[in-house]
Amino acid sequence: MNLTEFLGASPGASREGPHDRIVLSSRVRLARNVKGLAFPGWAKKPERVKALELIRPQVEGLPQMTGAYSGSMDALTALERQILVERHLISREHAARSVGSGLVLSRDHSLCVMINEEDHLRMQSLRRGLQLKAAWQAVDEVDTQLEERLEYAFSRELGYLTACPTNLGTGIRVSAMLHLPALVLAEQMNQVITAVNKLGLAVRGLYGEGTEALGNVFQVSNQMTLGEGEAEIVERLNKVVAQLIEHEENARATLLEKKPKMVFNHVGRAYGILANAHSISSKEAMNLLSLMRLGIDLDCFPGSQRPLLDELFTATQPAHLQRQHTEKLSADERDLLRADMLRAQLGPVARPVMPPPPATPDAK
Amino acid sequence: MLCDICKQNVAKVHLTQIIEGKTKKVDLCEACSKAKGIDDPKGFALADLLLGLGAAQQMDQAAPQTGVRCPTCGFTHADFKKSGRLGCPDCYQAFAEGLEGVLKSMHKGTRHVGKAPRRLQGPHDLEERIAQLQKRLEKAIAAEDFEMAATVRDELKRIREQASRPDKAATV
Ligand SMILES: [Zn+2]
Ligand SMILES: [Zn+2]
Repeated sequence: MNLTEFLGASPGASREGPHDRIVLSSRVRLARNVKGLAFPGWAKKPERVKALELIRPQVEGLPQMTGAYSGSMDALTALERQILVERHLISREHAARSVGSGLVLSRDHSLCVMINEEDHLRMQSLRRGLQLKAAWQAVDEVDTQLEERLEYAFSRELGYLTACPTNLGTGIRVSAMLHLPALVLAEQMNQVITAVNKLGLAVRGLYGEGTEALGNVFQVSNQMTLGEGEAEIVERLNKVVAQLIEHEENARATLLEKKPKMVFNHVGRAYGILANAHSISSKEAMNLLSLMRLGIDLDCFPGSQRPLLDELFTATQPAHLQRQHTEKLSADERDLLRADMLRAQLGPVARPVMPPPPATPDAK
Repeated sequence: MLCDICKQNVAKVHLTQIIEGKTKKVDLCEACSKAKGIDDPKGFALADLLLGLGAAQQMDQAAPQTGVRCPTCGFTHADFKKSGRLGCPDCYQAFAEGLEGVLKSMHKGTRHVGKAPRRLQGPHDLEERIAQLQKRLEKAIAAEDFEMAATVRDELKRIREQASRPDKAATV
């Protein structure tokens, strides 16, 4: 089965999870290397091919990988790789690799192992909503089984040895993807970023470059990997994410109380353009989908449409649009198709209503 | 201004990121910025690049190791400066002296705490981890951080169970 068929046939990750009003997904990634082999960035091509041949069957043999997709990166088309990037399953760096690098993706897409990315193994577990602990446990299990099959490069003093010293020790990166439109609208995001940075955690816009965060989607992750245990890192991040949820909810309550017209104006215009435009860029679509998602959270669109909106976030990305077409589309052609798709998908969604103000504004 | 990676082309991409309150700057040519995937949607590549390159520079100032070469893979200090990445697991030994300060400023500690492959564990490792966790627990309780205390308590319980069943697959 090729990847396109696999992605079409397999059920994919569940569309719902705890706190998914604000937390889109949770991810835990472990970096591991095999003893006695040069890191992929320094290894010559034949060495990388040998490492891949050693590692890939071991990953494929894991019980968690029954019915998985497994392949070498050079077996994938450029479009397939881009689709994996847009679904956050592989890094852009890995998408650029070819012979000597590989990918094993579990049937439900919740476990993904990149082979010969920057490290020999980058295994990650993805969960919908806020489920950092569950994500850690899933990837921990994979790692525990794999360590019986492969001899890891490990030092008692420095822990798991990684190509970049920034990942040394636990090799763990715990991250959550958050949708924070009210903190952005209230112009509080910079303060939040500074505060979270002080805790040794990083916050970045997930889409867009530099400080621009398209779609108001941010990623919070740990930065330090040496000198602190995995469970403690997971718990620390969990706590910060819980606080960010509270901040975002407070910002929403305050905005609704003080500037309801501003909020509903944004939501109404977002719906108006998304449901009626005939040409729309990916950037504009993401920003408007974010505001419409906020509208759903605020009950402007009775009957939850959140899973639909989350799918549109991905479906409006360039490679996903290109997917149904054999000829290469230009950016302008994609803008037309994106608008067509949005009009069709949002056609059944009724125009937004202004919900009655809450009886007791719940500021907490 | 020349590119920080290849030191040949003119830098066209200028990046700044605040990591743990420290501002890190990096200037790259277009080719290198693409090759490094700094427009990675998950953004890890950028942070690693910034920290990695910073590490190489810092290592240079602390202990110039121009002559050092990893006996296993032939990786040199100049290679590290160029990429911010090491060549093979043994490089950590070859460059240990220079890396010590780098790791100190980059991480919470300089000694690994956490999981270890089971085949490398001795009973002493478990004892050490239990002692570490007990300290951590006291700290969490003193700070009234009860969720963290609960997490550490769960960890302690799990490790004590493992210590009493050494044949069971264990994670420290
Ligand atoms: Zn360059
Ligand atoms: Zn080496």
